[in-house]
Amino acid sequence: MQGFASEFSAAVALIFEGDSELWAIVLLSLKVSVFAVLISALIGMPVGAALAVARFPGRRMLIVLMNALMGFPPVVVGLLVYLMLSRSGPLGVLELLYTPTAMIIAQVVLVTPIVAALTRQVVEMLAEEYSEQLRSLGVSRLASVPVLLWDARLALVTALLAGFGRAIAEVGAVIIVGGNINHVTRVMTTTIALETSKGNLALALALGAILIGIAIAVNAMVSAVSLRAEQEGLRHA
Amino acid sequence: MFRALIRAAVMALGLSTSMVSAEEPFIVVQSTTSTQNSGLLEYILPWFEAESGIDVRVVAVGTGQAIRNAINGDADVLLVHAKPAEEQFVADGWGVERKDLMYNDFILVGPKSDPAGIRGGADILAALSAIAAAEVPFASRGDDSGTHKAELGHWSAAGLDPTDASGAWYRETGSGMGATLNVASGMDAYTLTDRATWLSFGNKGNLEVLVEGDPRLFNQYGVILVNPEKHVHVRAASGQRFVEWLTGPDGQEAIASFRLEGQQVFFPNAQ
Amino acid sequence: MRDLLGDMVSCLKVEDLQIRSKGKALLDVRSLVLDGPGPTLILGPNGAGKSLLLRCLHGLISPDRGQVIQDGKLLGAEQKARQAMVFQQPVLLRRSVASNLDFVLKRQGLGRPARRARIAELLTEGGLDGKARQPARSLSGGEAQRLAILRALALEPETLFLDEPTSALDPGATQVIERMVLRASSRGVRIVMVTHDIGQARRLASDVVMMQGGHVVEHGAAKQVLDAPESDASHRYLAGGLVT
Repeated sequence: MQGFASEFSAAVALIFEGDSELWAIVLLSLKVSVFAVLISALIGMPVGAALAVARFPGRRMLIVLMNALMGFPPVVVGLLVYLMLSRSGPLGVLELLYTPTAMIIAQVVLVTPIVAALTRQVVEMLAEEYSEQLRSLGVSRLASVPVLLWDARLALVTALLAGFGRAIAEVGAVIIVGGNINHVTRVMTTTIALETSKGNLALALALGAILIGIAIAVNAMVSAVSLRAEQEGLRHA
Repeated sequence: MFRALIRAAVMALGLSTSMVSAEEPFIVVQSTTSTQNSGLLEYILPWFEAESGIDVRVVAVGTGQAIRNAINGDADVLLVHAKPAEEQFVADGWGVERKDLMYNDFILVGPKSDPAGIRGGADILAALSAIAAAEVPFASRGDDSGTHKAELGHWSAAGLDPTDASGAWYRETGSGMGATLNVASGMDAYTLTDRATWLSFGNKGNLEVLVEGDPRLFNQYGVILVNPEKHVHVRAASGQRFVEWLTGPDGQEAIASFRLEGQQVFFPNAQ
Repeated sequence: MRDLLGDMVSCLKVEDLQIRSKGKALLDVRSLVLDGPGPTLILGPNGAGKSLLLRCLHGLISPDRGQVIQDGKLLGAEQKARQAMVFQQPVLLRRSVASNLDFVLKRQGLGRPARRARIAELLTEGGLDGKARQPARSLSGGEAQRLAILRALALEPETLFLDEPTSALDPGATQVIERMVLRASSRGVRIVMVTHDIGQARRLASDVVMMQGGHVVEHGAAKQVLDAPESDASHRYLAGGLVT
């Protein structure tokens, strides 16, 4: 283990010497996952909130389905997106396979159910509390959606972070639809998979440490920003 | 909040289009893990890219998956090592022409303790028979890759069917060469690997080369341009140029000059 | 139609109202007319149907039978828009004090300067000056209920329902709220308030509705109902006896 430890610290040192290729990989990981989470938010939050307040036949089933999709295996998502985007697939003409866009699509499929399900949960609890008051104020069910989303904003940030965590840490889907192409679609997780398969375990582990560091940094940043926004929002109200 | 979200999304969109907008000509090559993990492609591609201005995007998977992806139209060029499957690919019309590119060799690696007692042998069939007789752990790729196809060929030439012992001493990892070497290293198992991946592999642990030099361990790589008549979107001109470069004097020289630990591991043999 | 003149005055009427659950009537009010000049207080033991009646009057619950008539018209969206309600537990939006009021004013289509002026006015009315930017959820119980009342008043309702608004408050906070209620009443807002505090009924009510077991057992001028109740149930309730 002595040898491994020194190898690991050597790998970490290498990483922090500012290897430009490595930082390009880190940046691509962030871009892909941040963008995927934003799209998932635009889809998942209204859907989740609507499911929380709307009443229609089949609603229970939809919620069960959505909760189940939270645990959808990434490899299966990767395979489905591959089949869609492959040249012989229905969306092949878009030429999206093996591009960052393909990875974003796969991550959106993975993350949207998480965002929607958590939003549904959070908003439903809030709606229970607000329901009579909002109806008393003459706010319709549909009009209550933005009110509830806004008032649940802090909990929703947590939902987004959960989605981001799944997106940035995921490898099974992005390696299939991205192809792990050097300088094009190689991200943190696929690099870790590649280095592991090369037997460079110390380097792979050091990259994993960076990934965790990024996750911590993003979480800290978002919570700082949301706290600040919260305070400012109140000051300017 | 929505406005902020949308603004952020638009920003991210701008970033992502800027990612793609570096629109230089490129080709997609479906290749095997051995050519990528050994570092060969990373070593030779800059020459071709500098000369042609064509970006080569390599997707490294097992030979079986590489061929299936190419059949789906998700490749311009195929660079793999399973001659019968490659010839079938061309015969079915998916490829224009198969060309020999280079060769290296397979080696049998195993734990230093060598419980099957095969060290120093040069007969792969005898070695496999000894392993089967001793029922000591053997890690197989089990993923329909070129190496897997070669390994299965040797078992059957030795008159053995190790899949009877699947899950017992015969372990099918269903993974790439590197992952399979990690398994072998972790459980002191024997495994068949190509020499290039072995030399560049960083987690050898207790493993070492035990059997090499059998002519049957010859490992031929071939290169094929995907047939543009089957898939009209194939970047045939750029792909053809890459195939010609690889099999021409410049490419062959580049392959020959690649070294791992001071050794030449790929031997160009294009006609 | 039957009482055309009476209907011209702001008035709330209940006809044969019934809410049933599992074959049991939770609320069964043959007839109730609220048209007195001052606050109406609804008194009665727990489970008498006070809150249920209030929610029916405000249209939050639709009865299984019968109807609520406001100013001669069946209770509909237009009538509900002229009502407001304050709940036992104030439900405040997770925003600043001012934003809670702004939310309501914006829905009424007021421009920004008008809203700002109205917010300042309301905050003064509720004694919440200087708390505009504080998160509403950080207010004390009394302050929170005052804000809930201000928000209801911001709707400029003709009728204000209050469901035991002071049940969780100390005497000081209760007094402040009672004053706000009386001021609203004196400005012509019809007050319909549920309480189980007989003292509060004495302090505020111009008429009292006594309920028990889902029925209205007595309705009349406050003095009369509180001092000389006709029904047995009222008598016992006011005497502090256990009424079931």
